[in-house]
Amino acid sequence: MNERSSKTPLLTARDLTLRFGRIAALDGVDLDIHPGEVVAIVGESGSGKTTLLRVLSGLMRPDAGEVSYLGQDVLGMSEAARRRLMRTEWGFVHQNPRDGLRMAVSAGGNIGERLMATGARHYGNIREQASHWLTRVEIDPARMDEVPAKFSGGMQQRLQIARTLVTLPKLVFMDEPTGGLDVSVQARLLDLIRALVADLGLAVLIVTHDIAAARLLAHRMLVMRHGVVVESGLTDRVLDDPQHPYTQLLVSSVLAA
Amino acid sequence: MTHDPGYNFAYLDESTKRMIRRAILKAVAIPGHQVPFGSREMPLPYGWGTGGIQVTAAVLGPADVLKVIDQGSDDTTNAVSIRAFFRRTAGIATTESTEAATIIQTRHRIPERKLREDQILVYQVPIPEPLGRLEPRIAETRRMHAMADYGLMHVKLYEDIARHGHIATSYSYPVMVNGRYLMSPSPIPAFDNPKMDQMPALQLFGAGREKRIYAVPPYTSVKSLDFDDHPFRPIRAPHVCELCGSGDTYLDEVLTDDVGGRIFVCSDTDFCSERQAMKEAAE
Repeated sequence: MNERSSKTPLLTARDLTLRFGRIAALDGVDLDIHPGEVVAIVGESGSGKTTLLRVLSGLMRPDAGEVSYLGQDVLGMSEAARRRLMRTEWGFVHQNPRDGLRMAVSAGGNIGERLMATGARHYGNIREQASHWLTRVEIDPARMDEVPAKFSGGMQQRLQIARTLVTLPKLVFMDEPTGGLDVSVQARLLDLIRALVADLGLAVLIVTHDIAAARLLAHRMLVMRHGVVVESGLTDRVLDDPQHPYTQLLVSSVLAA
Repeated sequence: MTHDPGYNFAYLDESTKRMIRRAILKAVAIPGHQVPFGSREMPLPYGWGTGGIQVTAAVLGPADVLKVIDQGSDDTTNAVSIRAFFRRTAGIATTESTEAATIIQTRHRIPERKLREDQILVYQVPIPEPLGRLEPRIAETRRMHAMADYGLMHVKLYEDIARHGHIATSYSYPVMVNGRYLMSPSPIPAFDNPKMDQMPALQLFGAGREKRIYAVPPYTSVKSLDFDDHPFRPIRAPHVCELCGSGDTYLDEVLTDDVGGRIFVCSDTDFCSERQAMKEAAE
């Protein structure tokens, strides 16, 4: 946790505003993520969670506000620079593994893609790395040459995580990584994410509507509603002593969180 | 020789030729970059060389000598017809000799004889986009070219090795031009790829259906993609030519009867017959 106390944030967002017609998807959102910190964004469907993630990762432009990563202006940087960031220091884990994986390419090729995109040109080394990462996400390396379509949903999600982490990013965006999986698989996946995050000292911004997942993973938590952050703070504080009426409602509507 | 007065010189009207020449100039200025052009309807079907024939028409002058090959052969229907087309519409001289030609239009081969600075090689290209099989969105492939974001192409080669133990792409093998643009060399055999590197002749590529022109200027670096531990290997059948005895040219396998008889002969017919004539003269 000592890394969390470092002064300079990895990613800073100030006063992000984005409207879809009459609906405010983001309404003056501020956010800081420090190195090695896991931040969860929770809230009901349509509260602007995913939009916030897309704006922070540069996939979408806000109407107003600024995002900076280690002092660089994310919204102002060239697309080339943003793409370079996206394939080296950042990672994005999609809710649906089909969006993040190449389904017709073998598991090894999926993991190797980011390595090859950053200049790896030694087949043997790429294989070795792929095998190492498959082991880390608890997939039998013997299945390296199978296509993800043959994998179960949980395995696909773990493969997507391996593929994202192979270049050792500093900041990973996760959009509902446990969505669509059954409860026991979810638990294993959360365990795995927690272990990897601690091992690698990753900063993670995780969007979820699953309060239990947020409690398990996140150090800090932001509660969103109608595009506004209504409450933020340490996860345990927010969940055990919710201040805002909406947070109280959210926490009380979860069964045994 | 004079051309058929019913046609403008080399079939296309002058403003079309000017438009194509502009695209060619741009393509030469940015080696390997695909330049869009207003491809015209030609009196032959797509896939038979509509792109190549338009490029040839745009660069052809009355003093040029044209050679057309299809899979290395001078005497296939397509080659014969395109030569006849330009004899009639441009009144130019045609040849089967690689040495005598100033413009060579080709489908799927590069001649075995080394080309010179005063020659132009025009390729017929069916699919100009090397990333198309991997990334179906054209807007996205454009962006990948713009950013030189070519990791995906190596994923394809990786898959080849993972499945077959070696890079199994034997034709249309992707190349990096001038260290910047990824380019499809048109479906020439990988065996011909090394010939593109630092070639003294100008290489022009025309894709009629896809409406793209690209080029490799003389003496430009053209490198086949590979891995450090799986280097690029030009592949050829491990035989010698039955007719001329050549052991280092690209060979076609020809069935001779219906009981399994087969021979290997040079795919470049001009090169092969030249060697046969030399052998006969020596005897």
